[in-house]
This record gives sequence, C-alpha cells and structure tokens, in this order.
Amino acid sequence: MSEEMMEEGGGGVIKKFCYINRKAPYGTIYALESLEVVLIGAAFEQDVSVVFADDGIYQLTKGQDTAGIEMKNFSPTYRALEMYDVEKLYVEKESLEERGMTADDLIVPVEVLSSAQLQDLMEDQDVVLSF
Amino acid sequence: MKFGILVSEGPYTHQAADSAYLFTKAALEKGHEIYRIFFYHDGVNNGTRLTTPPQDERHIVNRWSELAEKHKLDLVVCVAAAQRRGIADAEEAKRNGKDGDNLAPGFRISGLGQLVEAGIQCERLVTFGD
Repeated sequence: MSEEMMEEGGGGVIKKFCYINRKAPYGTIYALESLEVVLIGAAFEQDVSVVFADDGIYQLTKGQDTAGIEMKNFSPTYRALEMYDVEKLYVEKESLEERGMTADDLIVPVEVLSSAQLQDLMEDQDVVLSF
Repeated sequence: MKFGILVSEGPYTHQAADSAYLFTKAALEKGHEIYRIFFYHDGVNNGTRLTTPPQDERHIVNRWSELAEKHKLDLVVCVAAAQRRGIADAEEAKRNGKDGDNLAPGFRISGLGQLVEAGIQCERLVTFGD
C-alpha cells in the first residue's frame, strides 16, 4: 500500500469493520457488490469480519453452476479472501439449520455462531455494512 | 457528530434515497458534519442529471445537487457500480468511448475506497438501503 493510501485511509486508525451478507448470490446484485467492497476494503488493513446469514449463506455453497443464467460464478473469490487477510468468516447457525445445511456444504472454512453470538459480535463493531 | 452516509437504492423506486436526503438535511440543520455521501448499488442512479420526474413530484437528483452546493457536500458515486448502470462523467464517458455523460452537478465518481475511508473517518456510518 502506498503512503498516499495510508494517509487517505485514516493515518493508521484500525477499526472493526463487519460486512453482513443476507441475500442469495444471484437473484440480486448485493452479494457481488458486497464482495467488491470487502476486497477493496482489505487494502485499508482494518479489522474485518464477514458474516453470512439468512439466504446470504447460499453465497458460500459448494458446486455453484451459473451457466444457465448467464451470470459469472463468483463463488471462487470467497476462497481468495484469505489472501487478502480477510480470515474471520462467520455463518449464522440458525440460517444453516433452517436451510438443512451444515458447514460442510460451504466452500470455505467458517466459524458457525448462534444468532445471540452474532448479536454480541455486531455489538462490538465500529462499522457495520449490511448487504 | 461526524457522519458518513451510504445510499444503496435508486431514486423513486425506494424510499432509501428520500430518507438519506432528509436525514442529511436534518443532521446539517442540527449542526452535525456530513463527511461524505456515498452512492452504491442502484443508489448511483441518484446521480444522473437526465432524471426528469413529473413537475409536481420532488426532484431527487436536483435536491442532492442543491444541498451539495449549499453545504459543500462530498457526493461520491461508486465507479464500478456506475459503469454497470450507465452513469458517467465526461472523463469516464471519454475513457469508455461513450457518446454522452450524465453525472449531475455536485457529484463526483470515485472508487469504493471512498466508502471504506468514510467508515474509518466518521463517528457513524449510516446506511440507507433495503
């Protein structure tokens, strides 16, 4: 990162950023554009958490095939998050259960948290962006 | 207090654009600082000057431009979201070989870093979305 970006980025301030993904990956653009914020935001070296809840957990499902809907399958990008030092990925337990899924159905390792635990996590954040 | 504002939905389709404007106006009247307003997703459509609502309806785009001029606001439209939706300033239009531009006065086009930076700089980042 250049010095100019550091300066622009807030002069060494590190805040807790939490991105919450609530929507299915392809029905709307929110999931894709949320991922773009997470990737760009990584350059600012903040303390980032990414949460998947409700239909947002479908963003991480294995074996996505988008050929029939003429959309780019961007799910492999979630596997690249680690390279951007975005390592804290959380999935809501209730959302998984309601959809008959487990963490094994997901393309990246995640920490499964209950709704109550997620509430505590969000309480602790400086910036929460919900998509 | 120093606020950053995120607008994630388009004008007329969704109340988010109105609520963001009314919140910004109220905050300024109370003496708060609005560090930046960032337009993302369909929110970028708040920044096209080609918007032509019926005359007896509020003009959401002009309203932003006027507020920006009065209070020297920083209205930033996300470049990636804008390109997908056909919002361009003269420079962007030229760069992409388009025959016209449509960015409204008082808005500027920039990157997503401006949103993250607002999150870092502001005491509160307030989202107006779905």
